[in-house]
Amino acid sequence: MSYILEAKDLKKHYEVSQGFLKPKATVKALDGVSFRIDAGKTLAVVGESGCGKSTLAKLLTMIETPTEGSLSFEGHDLLAPERAKELRQKIQIIFQNPYGSLNPRKKVGTILEEPLVINSQLSKDERKERALAMLAKVGLKTEHYNRYPHMFSGGQRQRIAIARGLMMQPSIVIADEPVSALDVSVQAQVLNLMMDLQDEFNLSYIFISHDLSVVEHIADEVMVMYLGKVVEYGSKEDIFANPQHPYTRALLSSTPRINPEHRIERIRLKGELPSPLDPPTGCAFNSRCQFAQDRCRTETPDLMDGVVACHGVEEGRLDYLQATQVATSAQPVEA
Amino acid sequence: MSLLEVENLSVAFGSETNPFKAVDKISYRVEAGQVLGIVGESGSGKSVSSLAIMGLVDYPGRVSASSLKFDGQDLESLSEKQRRDITGRDIAMIFQEPMSSLNPCFTVGDQIMEALAVHQGGSKKERKAKTIELLQQVGIPAPETRLSAYPHQLSGGMSQRVMIAMAIACDPKLLIADEPSTALDVTIQAQIIDLLLDLQREKNMGLVLITHDLALVAEAAHQVAVMYAGQIVETGTASEIFSTPQHPYTQALLRSLPEYSLGEKRLQALGGVVPGAHDRPNGCLLNPRCPYATDQCRSNEPDLIGTSDRAVKCFYPLNAEGRPAA
Repeated sequence: MSYILEAKDLKKHYEVSQGFLKPKATVKALDGVSFRIDAGKTLAVVGESGCGKSTLAKLLTMIETPTEGSLSFEGHDLLAPERAKELRQKIQIIFQNPYGSLNPRKKVGTILEEPLVINSQLSKDERKERALAMLAKVGLKTEHYNRYPHMFSGGQRQRIAIARGLMMQPSIVIADEPVSALDVSVQAQVLNLMMDLQDEFNLSYIFISHDLSVVEHIADEVMVMYLGKVVEYGSKEDIFANPQHPYTRALLSSTPRINPEHRIERIRLKGELPSPLDPPTGCAFNSRCQFAQDRCRTETPDLMDGVVACHGVEEGRLDYLQATQVATSAQPVEA
Repeated sequence: MSLLEVENLSVAFGSETNPFKAVDKISYRVEAGQVLGIVGESGSGKSVSSLAIMGLVDYPGRVSASSLKFDGQDLESLSEKQRRDITGRDIAMIFQEPMSSLNPCFTVGDQIMEALAVHQGGSKKERKAKTIELLQQVGIPAPETRLSAYPHQLSGGMSQRVMIAMAIACDPKLLIADEPSTALDVTIQAQIIDLLLDLQREKNMGLVLITHDLALVAEAAHQVAVMYAGQIVETGTASEIFSTPQHPYTQALLRSLPEYSLGEKRLQALGGVVPGAHDRPNGCLLNPRCPYATDQCRSNEPDLIGTSDRAVKCFYPLNAEGRPAA
């Protein structure tokens, strides 16, 4: 079975000037990331700011080219310039802040039709017809066609941004924190819409988020990143039922839960994300990890079997892996 | 006697004849050593109500209350000068965006020492020593060197720690934290909340935690007030609110969380948005969004009925099964 999108050992390094006459430093924003995704599935990319999530989104949408690595879409090389324009249409993006991503001086209709004007030969009437059809799909009304973005609420704007992303009938949608700027009730509306559209158009989502409760709901597979590297990668069930990497576990235990039974023992992380200009040697996570030993500070762990990158897991010395496991099959909260 | 007693606090904007009530007659109490969580969607008046308690609502906003008592003192009867002595010293506030709440032109040390100079005085040397101690308390490594750092040199989590240090500088009795962790990463968020709760217990402060994150309130608060469109629609202890919500709005908020629908494909979304200045409905403000609304809800406004510990503003409060009582 072939994958719709496959990334192998993707790297993106940026050179940063540190001042006159000083040598340039390299930021390894993305350092060897591999993954693949099936049609109609959702891959969630999880991590804190600075972990390379947004760089990944830029590479996948071909806004930036990777320093190294390969990227293929349905078997075609995404990095080959010949078919770039055509393939670009198949991968679209939805941004985090719907207040910033819509042009305030353009009407909704114009915003939705712009991709068609650029990429298709459709007539004006046909374009309008498609835009109206898409508005209906995302739960907006015909009369919204002639309105400006400021006349909409945050949730409605995110619907417009989703509609714009779908105008070119993409196969893959990259959603960069699509619901984190929204209130819980509106967040639920937008998530439901995204699930419905996925079923209808057989979309693949790459869902970038830091909110694990949302990820648990929408994802099929989860990739946890830390400082440009994948630390744990697996199916949603595995990651949530049995998180192996101390960082994954710390993320899970930091997410507040309503139901006390869903809470797991808090792993307190020391300090903050180290500067990507000067990452620690060995495992990038060692400076904040309570299980770090000498080997972690010198030797960079590999992603074992493509699942988890941790010396502690490999050596079987993490206590919590023997202890009781988190129950994802727990009953939903009573409300 | 409660630490803070708010009774019928309203904040209105706009004309006298047709005011927009951003906060509409809310009442609550905070005891010393207790955490009160205030939750609701954006636009429900959470922040404005706390600004009003701090005395930070400027013209054209109008604050009125039948009683606003802090530690036995009536805040409204005080002169502006007396009130300013209390705010910042006995009542302190932490704002949402740490990056924009700090003054970019002054060092961290200057800004914390300013609070000390205004409220406690003392020599410069004493203030500096106290500031280092405060930075240590909030977990900033190498505080001596951090004194001369400017806000842009700090990360979001560090800036929020500095804000907390500033707030606790004069040992306040009441701390109001307005979305203290919202702009931060998950693991940093957990650190900041742990820090706030540790300080709250250690100093036996009253803490008002304002947030839209229900799960956070469930973990941290003792008492909870749920706000909708400027009104408090339900109050109760955290376990009561989260296990047996009586107001349809509380229930709908909880049900829209992914945690409630574990293993299910669709979330139970609450349709619509909080009504704004010009589209507030008649009767109960929730009625256009409420699945249980009747004609009575559309024409009359219910009162907040119950004790000061557990009350609900609904004609048909929900029973233990989560259905409206007939």
